[in-house]
Amino acid sequence: METLITILAGVLVTIAVYLLLCRNIVRVILGTALLSHAVHLLLMTMGGLKQGGVPLIGEHEAGFTDALPQALILTAIVISFAVTAFLLVLAYRTYKETGSADLLELRGPKNE
Amino acid sequence: MNNILVLPMLIPLLTGIILVFIRSNVKLQQLLSIVSIILTATVSVYILERIQREGVLRLDFGGWKPPYGILFVADSFSMLLVLTSSIVTGIILLYAFSTMGKAYKQMFFYPFVFFLITGVNSSFLTGDLFNLFVSFEVMLLSSYALIALGGRKVQLMESIKYVAVNVLSSWFFLLGIAYLYGTVGTLNMAHLSVRIAEVGQSPLLTIISLIFLLVFALKAGLLLYFWLPGSYSVPPTAVAALFGALLTKVGIYAMFRVFTLIFYHEPSITHTLIAVMAVITMIGGSIGAIAYNDIRQIATYNVVISVGFILIGLALSTNVALQGSIYYLVHDIIVKALLFLLVGTMIYLTGKSKIQEMSGLIRNYPVLGWLFFIAMLSLAGIPPLSGFIGKVFIGQGAIESESYLLLGVGFLSSIFVLYSLLRIFLNCFWGETIISEDDDKPLKMGVLIPSVLLGLLTIGLGLGADAISAYVSDATRTLTDPSIYIRAVLNTIE
Amino acid sequence: MKVNDVILQTVSKIVVFIILTFGVELFLSGHNNPGGGFIGGLVLSSGFVLLYLVNDMETVHFGIPFDFKKVAAFGVLLAVGTGVGSLLFGSEFLTQTAGHFNLPVFGETELSTVTLFEAGVALTVVGVVVTIILSISEDV
Repeated sequence: METLITILAGVLVTIAVYLLLCRNIVRVILGTALLSHAVHLLLMTMGGLKQGGVPLIGEHEAGFTDALPQALILTAIVISFAVTAFLLVLAYRTYKETGSADLLELRGPKNE
Repeated sequence: MNNILVLPMLIPLLTGIILVFIRSNVKLQQLLSIVSIILTATVSVYILERIQREGVLRLDFGGWKPPYGILFVADSFSMLLVLTSSIVTGIILLYAFSTMGKAYKQMFFYPFVFFLITGVNSSFLTGDLFNLFVSFEVMLLSSYALIALGGRKVQLMESIKYVAVNVLSSWFFLLGIAYLYGTVGTLNMAHLSVRIAEVGQSPLLTIISLIFLLVFALKAGLLLYFWLPGSYSVPPTAVAALFGALLTKVGIYAMFRVFTLIFYHEPSITHTLIAVMAVITMIGGSIGAIAYNDIRQIATYNVVISVGFILIGLALSTNVALQGSIYYLVHDIIVKALLFLLVGTMIYLTGKSKIQEMSGLIRNYPVLGWLFFIAMLSLAGIPPLSGFIGKVFIGQGAIESESYLLLGVGFLSSIFVLYSLLRIFLNCFWGETIISEDDDKPLKMGVLIPSVLLGLLTIGLGLGADAISAYVSDATRTLTDPSIYIRAVLNTIE
Repeated sequence: MKVNDVILQTVSKIVVFIILTFGVELFLSGHNNPGGGFIGGLVLSSGFVLLYLVNDMETVHFGIPFDFKKVAAFGVLLAVGTGVGSLLFGSEFLTQTAGHFNLPVFGETELSTVTLFEAGVALTVVGVVVTIILSISEDV
């Protein structure tokens, strides 16, 4: 199971890298979102999959799975949510301001 | 019980939140922010004093004992940085009071500054790797907002790149954390150090440490500084000064922490790599600093050079070199803020940013000119200013460990710093004045006083280096001997 | 062009209540069971966003006269406030406590300061999400 999830994370990273290399800014943002999903899956796998019961006080099981990776993932999801939302707003504003969503045209002012 | 440790994070956080509610009342915002930053600085001094008496302090959040809970750890190194950054932020805020437009101030400028300080201070204080990630993100999110605030075209374009690069580096950070947790099963820094010392730093762990090196190098601008000049030269002066003074320093701090506390077993790989990166950074920064004619670009490349220089200390990791790095880190926070404020003021006064378009400013603004002169000498490391002592110690460390290449490049880069700034000084301040008497803008006191204060700080730190030497040597002791830190964190019996 | 959205309007009148109730349920079931402030807040904010979608902005502002940025700030204040509260009682920062109380209607109930913290989180999430959606949709 761990291997499968790791491969899945790898596939996600592959797609994300492809998207990140695109010129369209929306694709880049989607790429960053996919990247964070991949690393969340990896975090979960690193904690070990299905090694015990649900880590809740209400459940009466002998062993619990490690709850820490899940806490880490929740925090990371919140952060990546905030960053993605910010990036989307930023991209939208940039598009409004410059009329372009093409990263090549957003290379910034020419120096010298 | 050391609840006071949380105050350097809590005061700015609460201030930031309260400032959101009094958005329309600019006067009140300014009053509150200056009071709160003074309070933060005072608390930091108190904690620093307590560390001298009682050793490294720690606070377990919610009473969860380490290594299970998250915690704040304060040693002299982190508190020195917290203190310096609070003072410098206070001074930059003074500058912002009189230079930022009203639209900025009502568009949550001050709250974002305080959230940035929250992130910076908690990155310095945290004793948990994941918490470090969260603090980084708090800091970065505020910096994203600050860099885009104002919404000029060029700002938006640069901030997209800045955000994208940092999202990628945060991703690598999480990747490193995931692998580390998978291999060692803990994220508490002291506990990590113990476990890695037990099992030995295997090649796998060394690779993980290199992921962390990559992350922090991106944040600090060590070798991977390509994003830095663009994004530091577009925001308003006060923001640029804040970034130039603080943001890269957090990455440097994290690197020092991780590579002296956790991954210190394979210096022939990790520390050599840091040395190589530092050398290339200094060379690249020097080339950038003399290649550009835009004074903001020159200032940002100076940030790059100093990052390389500070990391010589970590690459050598001897007692003297680390001591030099700490001195230089404190000095650099102050003097980089000064440099950015001066450069911003020059652009504000003349309306131009290229060195060939300005000249003779010293006739109109003598104080500004001499302040720039002081900043220049201080950055180059001329005694008795504050850059001197750091450079001496780092140089001494390099000689002791016979790393003459590092020594040579380090001091050569100082000459390039001097040359690049001297070029600004000679071109912009000397010569015939370009400002006729009619459009001579008066230099507002609110603009001048912050720069004077920072100038006094760098002189004071140079002359009174003895005053902080006790703290610096204590910080060095903790860095060179991880067991002090570990003992303070992992003795759960209070 | 006038958009014909009678079906959406009629359905949303019921659905919004279901969503909001579900959000509160998720929020309250947190701590010892799946749920909590973050997802509760997300569900709540999806209810609000639906309201904004169906009605125009003025109508919703008339019904919910809050500045959502301030809602978010208040949420953070509440969450941090529970941490500060523990300072006042002389225990470590962010210490949470819980107790069992005999309330008139609910009977024996567990009340916990975590709920206050989570309420802060929920308010923050609602404030931030709605602010983001509004700031994108404002100038289309």
